[in-house]
Parts: sequence; structure tokens; C-alpha cells
Amino acid sequence: MLHGLAKLTWIEIKVFLREPMGAFGTIGIPVLLYVILGRVLGSKPPSNSFAASGYSAVHLPVLVAIFISINTVLSIVTIISIYREGGILKRLRATPLRPQTILSAHVIVKLLLTAATLALMFLAGKRYSASDAPLHLLSFTLALLISTLSILSIGFLIASIVPTARFAQPIGAVILYPLVGISGLFVPLTMFPPALQAVARFNPFNYAVSLLQGIWIGDTWFAHTGDLAALALVFVVCTALSARVFRWE
Amino acid sequence: MPPVIQVSSVRKTYGRTVAVAEASFEVNQGEIFGLIGPNGAGKTTTMECIEGLRKPDSGSIAVLGLDPYRQVYKLQDRIGVQLQQAQLQKRIKVWEAIDLWASLYSKKPADAERLLLQLGLTDKRNTWFMNLSGGQKQRLFIALALINDPEVVFLDELTTGLDPQARRAIWDLVRDIRDRGKTVFLTTHLMEEAERLCDRVAIMEHGRIIDIDTPVALIARHCPERTVVLSTSGPTDPTPFRAIPNVESVESMRNTITIRGQGDDLVTAVITCLSENRIRVTDFRAILPNLEDVFIKLTGRSIRE
Repeated sequence: MLHGLAKLTWIEIKVFLREPMGAFGTIGIPVLLYVILGRVLGSKPPSNSFAASGYSAVHLPVLVAIFISINTVLSIVTIISIYREGGILKRLRATPLRPQTILSAHVIVKLLLTAATLALMFLAGKRYSASDAPLHLLSFTLALLISTLSILSIGFLIASIVPTARFAQPIGAVILYPLVGISGLFVPLTMFPPALQAVARFNPFNYAVSLLQGIWIGDTWFAHTGDLAALALVFVVCTALSARVFRWE
Repeated sequence: MPPVIQVSSVRKTYGRTVAVAEASFEVNQGEIFGLIGPNGAGKTTTMECIEGLRKPDSGSIAVLGLDPYRQVYKLQDRIGVQLQQAQLQKRIKVWEAIDLWASLYSKKPADAERLLLQLGLTDKRNTWFMNLSGGQKQRLFIALALINDPEVVFLDELTTGLDPQARRAIWDLVRDIRDRGKTVFLTTHLMEEAERLCDRVAIMEHGRIIDIDTPVALIARHCPERTVVLSTSGPTDPTPFRAIPNVESVESMRNTITIRGQGDDLVTAVITCLSENRIRVTDFRAILPNLEDVFIKLTGRSIRE
């Protein structure tokens, strides 16, 4: 069924790019955000306490990367629910296509899009990146893809249970954004009250942020085995759950 | 030859709603078999169980010797399916959909160009799905159902939303499929469609199959009534018509006589009577019952209610 997967993936990419707001919203906005924020934060003299903390140099790519990831996940939640509501999923299923092939095509499209957006971001905002080493950027991209894949599985779980396509985006946002809020992306986890710190241990974004920040400042992959294991666990659990509750129509 | 589709005692419920109560029938190779009934009768559920898209609560189904639910991918490879109320990606082009579908089956696909031509879609090949009219979408779905040159074709409400001209073109296409030895299973709530197109029909209501036969046999069995309406240029004595065997009533109003009776011979008998009595008629109409009448007779209500 590899042939079908390749063909379906290619068609989904074309269909996505034909959407007037699709390409701009998913690719353009994060790149723009990165350039604007980079300019605002990066051009300020070190006397500014915020910049002096090294926040912008270290965290801006991570911040935008997480934004790209969330964007991607929200878009898959929406697409899957629109496809279900319109009977597109059902129509695709009434062929020899395996269900996992149909869903994999969407995941591949979204991961490709994530990588492309990140690459564009690096290109557009070269001077705001702390590093120009290609290998380093590649590692960071890989870290983002792993994080995104894990968060996509949460997206699938959300897509499995949202009642209608109209609610898909808001429900997804209401679930995902608070998780980002307590992920240590904006405020280090150590500054949280103990109770919230305990809750944050179950937050997948916590591990995504830790992985991305670590890889960005040059940690080895080995140093983040725990993060990788947690993200893998989230992926396995959410995929297994959505396999049970996913509705095709 | 074993039947292509074998359905025995199939039951399917959604919560408290019984969609299919107890359906049993067989479909033979090379016939156009129609499942007819009003909306909500359980036609689509029955069809989707046969296609392997739903699992019946009980009963058994075999299609081409396969269990549709357990061997769904094997089955899907050999059948063609047109679903009711389906959609495609908004911005997929007609040729892209055809090309995608053609790549999904193990068999060499049917001639796509010929299919597009037959369905009048040739000049729409580069049009996005969302910009097609309702009828064009429907025709595209029929094309997708035929792209793998399937052994059995399932068509759910195939001409819904089509104008009469397109409807006739689709009927020709379906007969063409049958004439190539394929089996066609369709649902419709249009009695005219069932009567003109189907070799055999099963009448379904409230999840049950009420009767199965050829349209002609169903009409002869359930609605043997015949009516002949005559107009004459002047007043005519209706008495001779009353003597015809199987005549139940003769009404005379001004210059029009309405004769009601039973059986296929009634019309011939009226013609013979006219010539024996040298009655000159200015108009002659024989009104025969149709499947719609059969349906009303069997269920006590019109199919459109």
C-alpha cells in the first residue's frame, strides 16, 4: 500500500497548498513571528534585563518552534474533523486503503510542513539564531519533528472526540494552549508552586520544551533520553487510545 | 453458480433504533438488483453491511465468497462503491481523484478517459471538486466506483440530484455494466428508476424485506387491477362492458367510460368488445399499476411520505 500512501500524501500536499489561507497561516505566520520577535528582542542592548538573561537568544527559536508545532496539530484536528463530517474519510475507507494509510498521509504532510516552516524560519531570521551550524539546525529540526509527532497523537485523540468540525479548532486550542502555558516555555518550571510542578510532570509539552531547549543550547541527545521516552510514551498511549475511540463518520 | 451476494438474517441496530430487523436475500451474477423503499427504511445500512463498512449485529453475509467485514480489503479490491452523501477534498481536481483511485486497486484500472467521456466529465478534468455541480459530483463518484472495473458495483441512490437527461445516461451506463457480466446492487427511492432499471427488486420497509421479485411479477402479484378509460364522440351504452369477465365496475360520465377489472386479459377483452359492438372511440387509455402502487398496497403508504 506504499504506492497509495505516496499518492495520497502528494494529493493532500497539493490540496493544502491550494487553500488560500492554509499555506500563509501555517508557514507564513510563524516565520513572520520569528522575524518580528527576533528584531524586537534581539536588537535591544544587553542592559535590558530581559535580553540580558539570554532569554531571547536561547528561547526564541524554541518559542516559535512550539508555535509551529501547535499550529500543525490544530490544523490536523481541524482537517480530520472536516474530513469526517464531509464523509471524505468514509469515502476513502470504502477502498482497499488501510485506515492507518489514510491517517499516515496526514501525519506525513504535517511533519513535512513543520520541517519546511522551520527551515524557512532559519533562512528568514538567520541573524537571530545563536547558531549557524547546519548539523545543529538539523538536530533541532529532528527534535521538533519528534515533539510534533508526539503532540500530533494528542491531536488525533482530540480529533477522535470533537463532536463537529466547527468546534475542532476551539476545543483543540483550549486543550493545547494551557498545556504550553505550564510547560516551562515562558517561566521555568522551578518557579511554579509545588502542586503545579507535580501536574506539569504529566504535561507532554514539558518534555517537548525541555528537549527543544536542550538541543538548541547544544546538549547531546543522550542527555535527553528521559524527554524522548516521555514523548514516545505519550505517542504510544494517545495512538492506542485514538485507535479505540476514533470515529470515521 | 453460487449467488454473488448472500445475505441471511442480518440485523443491525443503533442504540434503540432498529435499522435492519431481519434481512435475507440473494443477488445473482449479472443482474441489476435494486433495494427499494422510503428514506429511513434501512437500505443504506443494509448496503453498507454488505460493503464491509459496518458490522451487522447478527446474521451472515457473503460477497464473492468473502466475509465483507473480516475480509474487507480483499473485498474492496474487487468491488466498486458509490456512497450516499459523500464528499472529496474540496480542492482535489477531477483527474487527481480518478488517478488516486486508479492507483489503489490491484487490478489494471478501467479506461479513465472513456469513463470520463461516458459520464460527461471530460471538460471538467481540471476542475476542483468544490466547483462541480451536484450532478457532476454524483457522476464523479460513479466514475470512482467503476475505475477498478469491479465485479460487483454498489450504487446508493445513484441518480439523486441528477436531471432527467443525466439520469437516463446513467441508466444506460448501469445497463452497460450489467451487459458486461457484472453485478449491480443499487438502492433507490425512485420507483420509476427501479421499474425501468432493475432486473429484480427487494422492497424494504422498517428494516424488513417485504417481497422480492422482478418488477413485472411484483405488480402482477400485488396489483392485478387494470383500468381502461374510453372517450366516445356521443353518449354510449356502457352495458356491453359489464359482460366482460373480471370486470368489477363500469362508470359512465358524459362521454367517458371508465372500466375497472383484474388481470392482463382485461385490455384485450375491452378492445374485442369495442369492435364487436362497433363503438367508435376518440380516446383510449389503459392504466396499469406500477411499483409505486405495489408499495402503497404492501405498506399502506406512499414511498414519498
